[in-house]
Amino acid sequence: MSAVERILSRAVKEITPGSIVNLGIGLPTQVMHYLPDDFDVQIHSENGILGAWKQAAPAEMDPFLIDAAGAYVSLREGASLFDSAVSFAMIRRARLDLTMIGAFEVDAQGNLANWKIPGKFSPGIGGAMELAQKTKRIVVLTTHTDKHGRPKILKTCRLPLTARACVSRIISDMAVIDVTDRGLVVREKLVDITNEDLQAQTEAELTFATGEASV
Amino acid sequence: MKKNRTLEDAIAAIPSGAVVMVGGFGNPGTPFSLINELVRQGQTELTLIKNDANEAGHGLSRLVENGQVRKLITTHIGLNKGVIDLMNLGGIEVEFHPQGILAEKIRTAGSGSFGFLTDIGIDSEITRQEDLLNWQGTTYKVEMALSADFALIHAAQADWLGNLVYQGSAINFSPLMAMAAKHVIVETPDLGAPGRFKPEQVHTPGAFVDSVVPLESLTSDYGILEHHVRR
Repeated sequence: MSAVERILSRAVKEITPGSIVNLGIGLPTQVMHYLPDDFDVQIHSENGILGAWKQAAPAEMDPFLIDAAGAYVSLREGASLFDSAVSFAMIRRARLDLTMIGAFEVDAQGNLANWKIPGKFSPGIGGAMELAQKTKRIVVLTTHTDKHGRPKILKTCRLPLTARACVSRIISDMAVIDVTDRGLVVREKLVDITNEDLQAQTEAELTFATGEASV
Repeated sequence: MKKNRTLEDAIAAIPSGAVVMVGGFGNPGTPFSLINELVRQGQTELTLIKNDANEAGHGLSRLVENGQVRKLITTHIGLNKGVIDLMNLGGIEVEFHPQGILAEKIRTAGSGSFGFLTDIGIDSEITRQEDLLNWQGTTYKVEMALSADFALIHAAQADWLGNLVYQGSAINFSPLMAMAAKHVIVETPDLGAPGRFKPEQVHTPGAFVDSVVPLESLTSDYGILEHHVRR
């Protein structure tokens, strides 16, 4: 399994039946393809869809129906379409159960930075501030280190924050880590790695739950 | 009164320096034909308000690439590296808002009010001290309404009174912007006589619309973007 496949196949287990879930641009939108076709979930897409589903067959693909990342989604039975004010009313009123979101940096306090790398790459805020601040549960999907091998899971974020103390869980290509009052706790390891080696690739201090599942 | 206009006449109403809202989230709802005519006519020093900058060579991105845009008020330009690079070089001013806050600022202007109170981004770098208001023991951020001189809107269907119906995920900012601009220009590939819609199906009532431009057909801009198709 590739690093991305490890993240996505673990992330899909976070989605509980009957929930309303937003999947952010990047890794999270791909989680949908790991869901069984009959799974009871409503996928919210902030461009105005509740009940988005996997890409339609080529003949049914609709250029006027995309998710927030631009993919040509289909609609499930019972879906609804609405304007951006209604879409974000749903978010700010905390009607979403779970948001999975990408990160430039995430830290031991559950702070999230994912909208601005000053002078380099500033994609912008999009829906991230409202999703991060108001969704009941935020799970970050990220590679454990950046493309230069530097840790993305930090003691304290250095980039401008998207939201403070919003992250409940981090799923990387190496581990599942919870943000707790006692700092970061490793719940599962997704690769064959020693605690020492995992810590070496993480700037924040890790605690290892006794009996954490390993590969 | 018929609100039908030609593409050329409708866009000629926009002067250089205007503040222009543009509907659309990615491709759906982007009024490509109105934008392409604005590129052809060449008005400059525009301030544009749109969720995103479309992608290189398409829609709003063409206005930026053509040097017609002074400022972009937006939420996310992550799919347009050219605009990010231009912003980093100082070639365009970009103002980012949280997406739902931008929508609500536009909705607020469109309903004739002046602002609202929120806690979104209140402790982030997008909030200045002077934006904070303490009221009865709680601190809020004041967000002012956002209006514009013009709105450019794509509707799936319209009648010549300006009643509009949107399609799919192309609703997004369009009904909000159609209420928030002084002069609203709509393009549609399907323009018909009043009476074609059940009244309760109308998304934007014609009272908000000034010009309706019928499109002969939809160009390839409106089609499937192959690089977004999952193989």
